[in-house]
Order: sequence, then C-alpha cells, then structure tokens
Amino acid sequence: MSDDDDIILADLNDEDLVAQMFDDLYDGMKEEIEEGVNILIERGWEPYKVLTEALVGGMTIVGADFRDGILFVPEVLLAANAMKGGMAILKPLLAETGAPTIGKMVIGTVKGDIHDIGKNLVGMMMEGAGFEVIDLGINNAVDGYIEALEKEKADILGMSALLTTTMPYMKVVIDTLVEKGMREDYIVLVGGAPLNEEFGRAIGADAYCRDAAVAVETAKTWMARKHNRASAG
Amino acid sequence: MGLSSGDAPEMWNVEHPDRIAKLYQGAVDAGSDLFLTNSFGGNASRLKLHDAQNRVMELNRAAAEIGREVADKAGRTVIVAGSVGPTGDIMVPMGSLTHALAVEMFHEQAEGLKAGGADVLWVETISAFEEYAAAAEAFKLADMPWCGTMSFDTAGRTMMGVTSREMVKSVGKLDYQPQGFGANCGTGASDLLRTILGMVDANPDLPLISKGNAGIPKYHDGHIHYDGTPELMADYAELARNCGARIIGGCCGTTPEHLTAMREALETRPKGDRPTLDQITAALGSFSSDSDGTDGNGPVRAARRGKRRG
Repeated sequence: MSDDDDIILADLNDEDLVAQMFDDLYDGMKEEIEEGVNILIERGWEPYKVLTEALVGGMTIVGADFRDGILFVPEVLLAANAMKGGMAILKPLLAETGAPTIGKMVIGTVKGDIHDIGKNLVGMMMEGAGFEVIDLGINNAVDGYIEALEKEKADILGMSALLTTTMPYMKVVIDTLVEKGMREDYIVLVGGAPLNEEFGRAIGADAYCRDAAVAVETAKTWMARKHNRASAG
Repeated sequence: MGLSSGDAPEMWNVEHPDRIAKLYQGAVDAGSDLFLTNSFGGNASRLKLHDAQNRVMELNRAAAEIGREVADKAGRTVIVAGSVGPTGDIMVPMGSLTHALAVEMFHEQAEGLKAGGADVLWVETISAFEEYAAAAEAFKLADMPWCGTMSFDTAGRTMMGVTSREMVKSVGKLDYQPQGFGANCGTGASDLLRTILGMVDANPDLPLISKGNAGIPKYHDGHIHYDGTPELMADYAELARNCGARIIGGCCGTTPEHLTAMREALETRPKGDRPTLDQITAALGSFSSDSDGTDGNGPVRAARRGKRRG
C-alpha cells in the first residue's frame, strides 16, 4: 500500500474532511462515514450541521448522479447504507438537541401491489436527504395510509405501484383525502414504473416522481413551498 | 379478462384454466410461433406475498399443461415457453438474496414448468446479471433449454446498470448457454431497438430476442391502456428484424390485434437494411435518454474533491 492510500480522517481540516466524506458516501464506505461523523461531533459541530452539510450534502451528489444515469441502483444502495451508519450516530443527538426536522413522509405501495423495490429506494433516498420516513410496506388500503398520516403528523404521502392494474387505486386514496377535507394537509407524491406525469395530474397528486432522486428533489421543493405558505399565512 | 387488482395471475392456472387457455389461444390464433405461459410471478419469493409459496410446483405445472394442450392442437408447431420472472429480491451484497437461494427458487419453478410440458424455459425482465446467471444454473439443473432477456429501462441500462453490450459479454461467459437472449419490456419500442442495436454491435453468437411493449401505459376513466397501436407494433416488428433480432414479440399491452399486425408485417414486408438510431426514432418515437451507456457519450461523474482511497 502506498502512502497515497492512507487517509487519516482526523488529520483533515473540516473542509477537507467534509469533501472526503462526500467521496466516501459516494463510494458507500460505511465505517469511514461513521468515523467522519464522530470526528465532526468531537470538533463541536452541531448534529444538525453534520446531517445537512456532510451527509445530506454528500447524498445530494449521489442523488443527482443517479438521476443523470451515472450511478445505478447498486451504488445508491451502498451509499444509502453508509448514510444510515452516520444517521444512527446522529439520530439520538438530533433528538436531544431538538433540531428541526426536514420533513416526514409516510410511504407504501398501494393496495394489491406487492412490488417494493422502487418504494424502498425512495425511502432510502428520502432518509439520505434527511427526511423521516414511515414505511408502511406493501399492499396498503386507504385507511392504513390515512391512519398513519394522522398518527405521524406527516407532511408527505408517497404512494408507489408497479402494476397498471394497481395504479388506479392511488386515485381512491386521493379522493378519500379530498372527501375527508384532508387533501390540503399533505403533499402527495406518486411513483412507479408504469406511471407518468399525465397520470399523476389525472388522479390529483401533487407530483409524479420518475425516480427516487426526483422524489427527493420534489419533496424538498414542496416542503419549501409549504414552509413559505405557513409563514405567509 | 377480469383479474382483480393485486391478485396473483398464477392462481388462475388452477382456478380458471379456461380463461388462461383462451389467453394462450389468442396468441396462437394471431399467428405466434411461440407464447409464454402464465407463470411470470411463479417463484416462491413472489408467491409468498400471496401466501402461496408452497404451490410453486402445482401452479407452474398447470401453467405449462394448459399451454401444452393449446399448442398441440394448433395444427402447426407452436412453442410453449415457460415464463420465469425475477424474484423481486435484491441479491447480496446489496440485498439479502443469496446465489444459492436464487438457484433453488428458479430450479423449483423450472421443474414445475418442465413437468407441465414446456418446450423451453424463458426468464425475462431481469435487471441484475447475477440473477440471470442464477436462473441459468437452475435451468441446467432442470436439464431444460432456455432463453433469457433483461429489461433496459433506466437511461438505456437495466435498473442495476447493465448495458446492452455488457449483457452480450456476460452471456458469452455463462457455463450453460441459452438458445437466445435479448431484451424485453423497458420504456418503449425505440429504446428497446437501441438496446438490440447495442447487442448486435457486440457480435453475439446467439440469436437475439426483441420483446417490446405496446407503447406506454395511459390512464383513462379509471382504466389503464397502452397507447401503442397495432400499426406501431407492426413497424416495430419490421425494424426489430432489420436491427438483427431473430425472435420478435410483444410485452406489456400487446393484444392479439397487435400480434396479427406484427405477423403480417414480418410476412409481407421485405427485410431491409439495419436502421440508424434516427430512423428508429422517426418511426417509433424518441428515446427516454440521450445515451444508453454504450457510446461513450453518457454522463460522467464530476471530479472528486477528496483524495481517492486505494
């Protein structure tokens, strides 16, 4: 092993360390990310700053390259796993310090649909972006979605379907939200291989998300709008 | 045909064999030389979600038996291809599915399809080559000939990042070779043919399979239908042959009307030169991404800021 191969994280200044952590996240190196998070905390960084600047910052690059067809699912799964390692350290600290939450999402595949790879990917990428994700798993009826949205005080509802036979159920869920007068309380994002923008509009969703990276970007945009509305109102 | 949202289609092989026979008959009457059995989700991992993981043998055998009967009374040679879909699980190290378990599941399904009289096994919609290789190993254990296609639906690659060219290379290294390989499903006829051209460029030794969707799904009044017309699929079939595909079919949204038009096009239109990418998009619509990762013009990662680890 040459000298170049040895990177002592603790020897790097903050800026270089964060740059290195971006690369380590990109390469899915979990232990190195955990080490980097611990070093930043020891240096007195607020947990929320570690989350947003080091981890979310790094995952934003992963997300953009996934969106652009540079990275694919295997690399993204490894990066998300490394991110998770860092988050496990930060989570209790974030709770202690009463840090603001970026947003909370309830997610699940719709009734009758058992295909969850896409949904899992969105969940991981959303967590990677600092969102809290309540994963309802597969095959969710409208009651399950609504119960979770209310109980968790969620901001976002994410619905996923892989089958053309199950995707119309998304409209059932949205129509029920409208009937109950709850539709305006949540951002509704939909996704899945057979969907498209036109479908998202037709059923009354806020947005159709082509892939997990787009889901994250869309969630951020809509959360910012929600905050703006709240402060304006 | 009236399947409820979310139910496992494979159950109909025993609950409504008449409807499945009718489904197969539609493909045969439209002039197909080969049809796939109703067993795409018939592996233990998929059936488990319907609590039917113990019925793999029964459901697959039934799927093939119905097919055998339809094919045998067709009055000409029609091949019964035993459909095998992905497990839906992600393989190690990214996911939890081990190679051994994947082989075991594919083998179990293969034995069921073989017992029911399938002529050939047909694995499709695969995104990870490791899973494709596991299926090959299982089909060898079942001592059955096979074909296999992957789905190139993400920027011209499979979900797991495999390019058309990489697939040709990887298939060439398999110990138990398929009768043919290629692409199915994905994001439309144009993308699919770009994938086929990518494979042709890599000089495959085996026949290529092209099985594209009949357009893309559209939503109308609570129902989904695919927007590809029989005319479009006829053009697709003709172009697929000109691209170099030897086995040509339709995936999602393909009905007997589409198949009839495709058959007619292949019988009546002369074989032409290999189309360019521009000719493909002119006939069938634009690609979903600028590059498919084989032309060296794909997007690349921005420069690293940190030091590269050894």
